[in-house]
Amino acid sequence: MRLQLLALLAKEPAHGYELKQALEQTFGNAYPSPNIGQIYVTLGRLEKDGLVRGVDVEQSNRPNKKVYHLTAAGLDTLAIWADEPTEGPRVRDEFFMKLVLAPMTGMADRMALITRQRRHYLALMQDLNQLLAATDRGNRYAILLIEGAMLHLQADLEWLDRCQEELL
Amino acid sequence: MTPVLAVKNLVKIYRTAGAPVPAVRGVDLEVEQGEFVAVMGPSGSGKSTLVHVMAGLDSRTDGEIWLAGERVDTLGEAAWAVKRRKHIGFVFQFFNLVANMTVADNVELPALLAGQSARQARERRDYLLGELGLTAQADSPPGRLSGGEQQRVALARALANQPTLLLADEPTGNLDSGNTRDVLRLLKAVHGNGQSIVLVTHDARVATMADRVLTLCDGQITDDGRIKGRGGGVSDVVRLRG
Ligand SMILES: Nc1ncnc2c1ncn2[C@@H]1O[C@H](COP(=O)(O)OP(=O)(O)OP(=O)(O)O)[C@@H](O)[C@H]1O
Ligand SMILES: [Mg+2]
Repeated sequence: MRLQLLALLAKEPAHGYELKQALEQTFGNAYPSPNIGQIYVTLGRLEKDGLVRGVDVEQSNRPNKKVYHLTAAGLDTLAIWADEPTEGPRVRDEFFMKLVLAPMTGMADRMALITRQRRHYLALMQDLNQLLAATDRGNRYAILLIEGAMLHLQADLEWLDRCQEELL
Repeated sequence: MTPVLAVKNLVKIYRTAGAPVPAVRGVDLEVEQGEFVAVMGPSGSGKSTLVHVMAGLDSRTDGEIWLAGERVDTLGEAAWAVKRRKHIGFVFQFFNLVANMTVADNVELPALLAGQSARQARERRDYLLGELGLTAQADSPPGRLSGGEQQRVALARALANQPTLLLADEPTGNLDSGNTRDVLRLLKAVHGNGQSIVLVTHDARVATMADRVLTLCDGQITDDGRIKGRGGGVSDVVRLRG
């Protein structure tokens, strides 16, 4: 979450709760709502690393709130992030490890593993379908996020077919 | 209730010049009235063969086929065809439209063959072409349409006689997401009408609209189950992919 927060702070200084709201508004209900505690912990670490600077703002009859500003070092980190390609598809796949190794333990057979996994993916796809139907068409980021998750699931399902053809 | 369609130990072996190809190897299946069943599985697993043989468009090698409570695989070709026209709408994976007839006539024909009046057939045709965004293409020959347009014409044709059972082989295979949405909306309406659907698809999004998903592998059903998403708490779904 470090870079997401830095990116938001590049636009304007903000306090923790504003950052949480900005993430929710941008990505919609498809995005796992960030935990406020996690945001504060991350901001604390970013401050320790010199990437942001917290400034206490006095509030009448409330505890001071801390508004965070991006530092020059923070801006450099963001520039590197923007310039480099993002990691591609995962090569480590938990399910695949299980599929290969579990039968050796005698605890599961491959057909049962594949069938259970396929049903699980289909159930996720159904959830995504409902989520997509419930998402405001105007929130393009949220729509694209869900569509991306659906395309990944479709690929996972096709790969399960391949595993079934090759290994069974 | 009597299933709309039932097959018992269905077997199809293609006998060509080379070695015989067992494409369907002992399938048992019942489709209830109003049920929507999706068939998935890898390429070459026998999905098209299964639906063709169930519809009587290709001969079975062994097993039984029951349509609306009557055994049909032992009927003569003509008698089976009469039952098929009455009960089944079929969407071919590769369309099979009549090239020298207009789109409108392609869609109207099955309704006329099933015994509807010319007026009923025309109204039905106009409704279906409208629902699928094809009104402007009505007077063209199918060959002048894009793959996705031809696919939708094939669906309209299959629905013309208001079949009790729609068998659709990859009806969204050539469609972009907007056209897929139109097709899914129409299928939902068909399902909502109480008609039964057996739909072959590679697209898991399409499959999850069904009540039940079958997985075919190597000519056999390896899974048959209902899909149960969790409904709420879906944001974890995206987290998993994150
Ligand atoms: N007319 C035919 N003559 C001989 N073999 C055939 C014929 N039609 C299909 N086959 C073979 O039968 C098997 C099943 O084919 P089928 O077309 O039913 O698969 P499918 O699951 O529909 O595949 P796809 O997802 O690619 O459409 C394949 O091995 C195929 O080569
Ligand atoms: Mg096929």
